[in-house]
Amino acid sequence: MRRSISFNLNGKPVRLTDDDDRMLLWVLRYDLGLTGTKFGCGAALCGCCTVIVDEEAVRSCVTPLKEVAGKHVLTIEGLSREGHLHPIQEAFLNHHAFQCGYCTPGMIVNAYAFLLKKAHPTREEILRHMDDNLCRCGSHTRIVDAILEAAGSTKGAT
Amino acid sequence: MHGDDWNEEVEIAAGIATGLSRREFLQLAGTGLFIFFAIDPMTAVQEPSRLPARPSYPTDFNAYLRIGRDGRVTCFVGKVELGQGSKTALAQLLADELDVAFDSVDMVMGDTDLCPWDMGTFGSLTIRQFGPVLRGAAAEARAVLLQMSADYLHLPTTEDLRVKDGVVTWAQDAHKSVSYAKLVEGKRIERHLEKVPVKPVSAFTVIGKAQRRKDALDMVTGKARYAADMTPPGTLHAHILRPPAHGATLKELDTTAAEKVPGVRVIRDGEMIAALHERPDIADRALGLIRARFEPAQSGEDDKTIFDHLLKTAPPLQMVDEKGSVAEGERLATRVVEETYLNSYVAHAPMETHSAVATIEGGRLTVWASTQTPFPLRQQLAQAVGFAPENVRVITPYVGGGFGGKSASRQATEAARLAKIIGKPVQVVWDRAEEFFYDTFRPAAVVKIRAGLNDAGKLLLWDYRVYCAGDRGSRQFYDIPHQRTQSSGGWGGDPGPHPFAVGPWRAPGVNTNTFARESHIDTLASKLGRDPLEFRLSHLTDPRWRRVLLAATGQFGWKPVPAPSGRGVGLACATDVGTYVAAVAEVAVNKTTGNVEVKRVVCAQDQGLTVNPDGSRQQMEGGITMGLGYALAEELRFKDGAVLDRNFDTYPIPRFSWLPRIETILIENPETPASGCGEPPVTTMGAVVANAIFDATGARLLQLPMTPARLKAALP
Repeated sequence: MRRSISFNLNGKPVRLTDDDDRMLLWVLRYDLGLTGTKFGCGAALCGCCTVIVDEEAVRSCVTPLKEVAGKHVLTIEGLSREGHLHPIQEAFLNHHAFQCGYCTPGMIVNAYAFLLKKAHPTREEILRHMDDNLCRCGSHTRIVDAILEAAGSTKGAT
Repeated sequence: MHGDDWNEEVEIAAGIATGLSRREFLQLAGTGLFIFFAIDPMTAVQEPSRLPARPSYPTDFNAYLRIGRDGRVTCFVGKVELGQGSKTALAQLLADELDVAFDSVDMVMGDTDLCPWDMGTFGSLTIRQFGPVLRGAAAEARAVLLQMSADYLHLPTTEDLRVKDGVVTWAQDAHKSVSYAKLVEGKRIERHLEKVPVKPVSAFTVIGKAQRRKDALDMVTGKARYAADMTPPGTLHAHILRPPAHGATLKELDTTAAEKVPGVRVIRDGEMIAALHERPDIADRALGLIRARFEPAQSGEDDKTIFDHLLKTAPPLQMVDEKGSVAEGERLATRVVEETYLNSYVAHAPMETHSAVATIEGGRLTVWASTQTPFPLRQQLAQAVGFAPENVRVITPYVGGGFGGKSASRQATEAARLAKIIGKPVQVVWDRAEEFFYDTFRPAAVVKIRAGLNDAGKLLLWDYRVYCAGDRGSRQFYDIPHQRTQSSGGWGGDPGPHPFAVGPWRAPGVNTNTFARESHIDTLASKLGRDPLEFRLSHLTDPRWRRVLLAATGQFGWKPVPAPSGRGVGLACATDVGTYVAAVAEVAVNKTTGNVEVKRVVCAQDQGLTVNPDGSRQQMEGGITMGLGYALAEELRFKDGAVLDRNFDTYPIPRFSWLPRIETILIENPETPASGCGEPPVTTMGAVVANAIFDATGARLLQLPMTPARLKAALP
């Protein structure tokens, strides 16, 4: 259905009039120009398109616009504040927890949502939580290390 | 152009000119501006008569570097960044040879207008084969800059001139100093020198040290731009009608409903039918409204019948290598072990699907493409749209993984053809089903091995035949007096007996050949009741083997016990692109479910000179993780030309929950020229897991992937 939809995107209000069945991924990438969120599978199977909606990680390729009306959407572009990387980004950077980088935005925002819920996860818990985010280059081991480090630094404990 | 033979190990030194000498060429051309000479593995491994007319790397160092007025150095290379870290490692090579700060180097990669020609990014060639070219260019530039400095500083010679971070200083008086930036003033350097040596290892300051990746900040902030992130104003997104199966033909077509969607254009160009819209999801929806009837392909093969089919239709065997006499080996052998090994088709499945954006302005076509081969793609595009190659520009932004699969770039041609017809920029981004359908798969393959031992336990007969995988990695390196290696078919060019396109998949051929060889070696050791490490070492003479095997097993804590020991420990080794690799794995097997958990992998690699140790470790960790997929789970299902796997729900790739503890060892060997790094670590994964499963259970798995069903069926 075509209607006016408002939501908060990376701290700023957004209002658009569109078919509310369109998937958020396409709106973010091609209507709003936020290309950090990636297309990988179109069926919530790979996690490249992960964004945060009201502190929950969701797959934007299967999230219709109507589901984000009135909510807060956070993408990779909204994670650094005033030129400072988020500690999770900092940890990914320090560990080189990426190769081609294509899955990285989805990995980082999924880890962000996870650490909101679970400040000090174990390695096992990280493996379980990240399991549906795919990476073909095989950066997994560094991603886990980066999340462990970020979990320590965000709360000042390891 | 993707023949197997270019992967032959060839030593190509920069500066070795073939054909005309530089002076002869200069006299001929009458200008010092552009000189070409061949430094290209094709020329080294092919007979002259088979050589097509092809470009090669320019010898003018200005093609590779430019020193700006601000002192920043821009490095131009035709290689692309696929995640393998070449942007960083190549900058290290340039910075070290030129004596500039690593952080002052900016990389421009894979842009056919700006960068010197390159055949493509594959074969682990970037450092081992292009590296010497770039180092040679930088070394010559440095020597020229030293001469210019001497002139500028009114010194009789360049002796006693020192360079640090792009500033030249006279050792006898530090006040006599000038920067590269001041000398060059942003201009092209016209002076050239011949036979300038590159730095010795002892003089390296940047090479061999871990560096922060050049792309790190882009990667963690979402600023890294890939082809699908490029949308010039007015871009239309195209979704293209695909047949349900390879070989199917279109019989009926009705595009009326699609054309009624506001803003949608439907284009038919030969066999290509596309729906276009300024929003990709609406173009996709319109494509769904196109009614098409295809006549199915003739009944063909499926993923179970394929192996018999390949054996029946494979081209004649070609001799790869022969030593001694197989007949004599047969005569001397008192014990013969014969086996057949299989592996299925495997997808590349990069996270970024094939993507391209094409735009035509002023009679020039510009295409941003996710490709491993920008220069060959330029030729392909020129042909597709009927432009002269100089009127085609391919720009390669970041590429979201390739692994060989983006050597073919059909999507770019599709975008270019549509852009030409519609007169607007066109973006083509394959969905996951298209990515699977048009993948150039790692071929299904069959290996037959007949090996013979004498009573002393000496391996003296090796008769090896590989069908359809390619001969790379098939040559025997164990010391066996009577041996023969033959190969039929491969992964290049015409699909031949395969039902769809096949192509290079990270270390093409080597994964298949290593699985077969190393499984068989382990079987022989087991039959003799000998420790797998000791049996291997007793048949290896090259000290590099001993070093790499002892490094991996030493770190692992290998205990010499014959398999199967019940521990679940396996060993495998391989050599590829000049690099030696040995891996040890520990697995836990659930005999009830057939599930295999790989708990630990220790991998040692001797790749000669290491440019970026951290980058190399990333490649090793990546290869090990990726290799778990083809070892345990990945196999394409297909029937009658239809590719049945269309997404990650049925085609599993390695995930976090599969992750073993990974330990990597880089053998210190800096005086040996850098060999390949990106491919070797993936090659041992099939065999090392197979050997660990055998050690755990006594089940010898002869087919990849080693799925729970196959494991249970093989249990003794």
